[in-house]
Amino acid sequence: MKLLEVLTQLIEIIAALAVAPVFLGWVNQCRAWLQNRSAPSLLLPYRNIRKLFHKDAVIATNASPLFRLAPYIVFGAMVTAAGIIPSMGTDLLFTNAADAIALVGLFATARVFISLAAMDIGTAFGSLGARREMMVGFLAEPALLMVVFVASLISATTALPAITESLGTRDLGLYPSLAFTAVAFTMVLLAENARIPIDNPSTHLELTMIHEAMLLEYSARHLALMEWASALKLFNYATIGFALFVPWGVSTAEGGPAALMASVPLLLAKLAIAGAALAVLETLSAKLRVFRAPEFLAMAFLLAVLGLLVHLLLGA
Amino acid sequence: MFVTSPIPSSLSVLLALLSVWALIGVAGLLRPRSLTLTARRLFPLGAICGLAIAAFAATSLWSPAEQLTLHIGLPDLPMHMRLDALSGFFLFLLGAASAGISIFGAGYFRSGQGTPPGLLCLQYHIFLASMGFVLLADDAYAFMVAWETMALASYFLVTAQHQRPEIRRAGFLYLLIAHLGAIGILLSFGVMQGGSWLFTFDAMRAATLPAGWAAAAFLLALFGFGAKAGLVPLHVWLPEAHPAAPSPVSALMSGVMLKTAVYGILRVTFDLLGNSEWWWGLVPLALGLFSAIFGVVFAAAQTDMKRLLAFSSIENIGIIFTAFGLALIFQGVSLPALAALALVALLYHSLNHAFMKSLLFLGTGAVLHSTGERNLGRLGGLIHRMPWVAWLSLVGALALAGLPPLNGFVSEWLLLQAFLFSPDVPRTFINMLLPLGAALVALAAALAAYVMVKFFGVIFLGQAREPALARAHDAGTLERIGLGWLAAACVVLGLFPARVVALLGTVVEQLTGASLPRTDAPWWLLAPLAERQASYSALLFFVVIAVIVVATVLVVRTLYHGRAQRVPPWDCGFGGLNARMQDTAEGFGQPIRRLFGSFFAMTRELPSPFDKAPRYRVAVEDRFWRGLYRPLGALVQRAADAVAWVQQGRIATYLIYSFVTLVALLALVL
Repeated sequence: MKLLEVLTQLIEIIAALAVAPVFLGWVNQCRAWLQNRSAPSLLLPYRNIRKLFHKDAVIATNASPLFRLAPYIVFGAMVTAAGIIPSMGTDLLFTNAADAIALVGLFATARVFISLAAMDIGTAFGSLGARREMMVGFLAEPALLMVVFVASLISATTALPAITESLGTRDLGLYPSLAFTAVAFTMVLLAENARIPIDNPSTHLELTMIHEAMLLEYSARHLALMEWASALKLFNYATIGFALFVPWGVSTAEGGPAALMASVPLLLAKLAIAGAALAVLETLSAKLRVFRAPEFLAMAFLLAVLGLLVHLLLGA
Repeated sequence: MFVTSPIPSSLSVLLALLSVWALIGVAGLLRPRSLTLTARRLFPLGAICGLAIAAFAATSLWSPAEQLTLHIGLPDLPMHMRLDALSGFFLFLLGAASAGISIFGAGYFRSGQGTPPGLLCLQYHIFLASMGFVLLADDAYAFMVAWETMALASYFLVTAQHQRPEIRRAGFLYLLIAHLGAIGILLSFGVMQGGSWLFTFDAMRAATLPAGWAAAAFLLALFGFGAKAGLVPLHVWLPEAHPAAPSPVSALMSGVMLKTAVYGILRVTFDLLGNSEWWWGLVPLALGLFSAIFGVVFAAAQTDMKRLLAFSSIENIGIIFTAFGLALIFQGVSLPALAALALVALLYHSLNHAFMKSLLFLGTGAVLHSTGERNLGRLGGLIHRMPWVAWLSLVGALALAGLPPLNGFVSEWLLLQAFLFSPDVPRTFINMLLPLGAALVALAAALAAYVMVKFFGVIFLGQAREPALARAHDAGTLERIGLGWLAAACVVLGLFPARVVALLGTVVEQLTGASLPRTDAPWWLLAPLAERQASYSALLFFVVIAVIVVATVLVVRTLYHGRAQRVPPWDCGFGGLNARMQDTAEGFGQPIRRLFGSFFAMTRELPSPFDKAPRYRVAVEDRFWRGLYRPLGALVQRAADAVAWVQQGRIATYLIYSFVTLVALLALVL
């Protein structure tokens, strides 16, 4: 256990916690600009979280302990995920603890807990949201696994830092399989983070919502943790995308602290571009009916499988 | 009666312990109506016996194979017994899982339900003992006797509540398919003796079969054991028979009995037949993948909690057979390390499934006893009334959903790793199709999470859907111990996978000679493959999440406050919330029914807008019934009708038959 490993690990987790709400604020700001609205502050998600922490929690009388426990577990899962993904350095302490498959499993754990918590109060919206979330999840999860598999087959490992290193140091060339999976991954990202076209993060129209429907009964600190966790989830997905498709500029064990410092502004630049692109994607598309969502995700799944086949056929 | 070995070997101790199980059963007949004797004394004794069996079986994993000849039964037809690592592993599974189930059963069985408790005790323990003898048998004769005893004992257990016609029907279906399967196994043994007419397994190991006959023996065994395991399309009995039995018996059947079929196919393929060909693996692989998707999709559509779990067993058996097929393919193309990996995944999943499925079946048993309700549409909110059952079932549900850091995830992780190597198979086209299997396994695992959210959420969360549920009470102490034992096993198997994989590696090495590559990973790290960087440490994973969760709680409490008010649910301010507004089990399964519509034969009754009392009904049926079993049944009926013409019912006709036969035989002989 080297000092740099521990340092990289800590910096990654703290950076994720700090940057995730700003990243969400940035996406919202870009969206507002594109839609000719006056943009909210970049720090609005922060202020929101702080406000929620100060409030008294209001909990339904028939809530079970599971309901109060779930926000902490979901938050913990997302923070752990941030520690596994090599967003800045590949020289991580937790490298051995969890590979890409375990990361997908971690997201699944968070999803199951959030769905169970939504069913706990027994409201119509809660169980409707839980059902839809699990529907999106069971299609998005295999698609994400297929995306990861293509990268694993190219780099002969399922450990994310090793994938990033091997993809980052390969000869610059066209990998058609990665192109297919990049599209699939983007679709999964949209679906899993409750973005348009699957869900609308700014709507509270009951019949269309998925993610918000599950949080309706939450308030105060629990809601703050859930909101923070979903910002972290978006951040995590963005950094998984960087790790697989733009793996350049991530510091390695040889690079030392200087490379680690250099990777920070690069990550921020990547996030800025990705956030703007996400806002453009969301502005250009319309929300799908709930029952079109499986088609969208099945397409993502098939694209990922196609990427796999292309890799096996062409070896690239 | 024992011929060999002067000092008591593990094998003879295990045989004695299995006989103790049988004796415990017989003791139940002393006072068949006394619940205190059977439940409070005999079942805990059976549980202790199970623990002892598990302990002795575990020690046999390291020691070389032992053999014994028992001179019982027919003269000149002794029973051969053999204990090797494979038998030892499955005996461990049997002993450890049944210990939890028996302790639960001690608190579960009540009098006044069909079969008297003493008789139930006999059937239950004979069932246990016969499963043990199946695992130890070393000749076809002993194997078939134990196998049939197991089928019959479980048949009587399934029909414990024989007053109800649908249970008698389920029992008949079970018996029918069990015997069809037994015929397949018997024929397979017949092929494998290879002209030596010796039915000991030793003779079968020594026999070398021509390629065609070996394939025939394999396919017959796959049919026979597949029927017992509930592999699609031989699965129809499983969702009928498993729910019909009392819950501890359902747990035994799903958790343990299905594994004897897995044991059988492993024994036949890797031990008795030996030289397998790679294409054999394609059959179980395809059937396994189809079973996995089929089972989980049907599980999502169920409204009866025990049927839901039974369909989920079909899914898990599918995953096990997928691993089996993959192992055969790897073995056939001389990739022994990968075959070992797939087999370790198979054994690990068998062990996991034994614990998690038993745990959930027992959980439904506790719910059933407390509420008298099996229909998901009439349950809900039981986490408040039955916290022990709810939280322990949550462990099982999360494990079955394949979530880290519990045990279900480990075996799926191993299987996916094995799939990631399938492009190495030196057969073009096949090596491109195989990785798609990983996609289907991933889909099945994700759907399993859907099913488990439905199962746990509808039963234990939300509001009680019936007023009677307010009187529900938690499980008793013995039942809690049983549930706790199984839940603890799920956690331990999840957190210490590296130790378990090392043990399973020795089993696989003894079975196939193939071993996992040696790695120098520390004890807390699961890294089964040296050449590919893939590792997973459940313990570290769990500790990190736990530390973050605890730290978050502390930080939030100290920096802010822990104030909370209890108020009625907000529900967007609509008010008038009642329990019927929650999703029902049908509602929760609706997206699946819609997406996988072609799997189901659905009949729906929709209300019209003018109905005074609108009714919605949906019935989901298995297409295999309509497409395969009914035509097959009709065919058999027609054949029987045609043959029935021979039965004229007049004595003169029968005398003519005898006369003609006699003349024909004389003509043949002379």
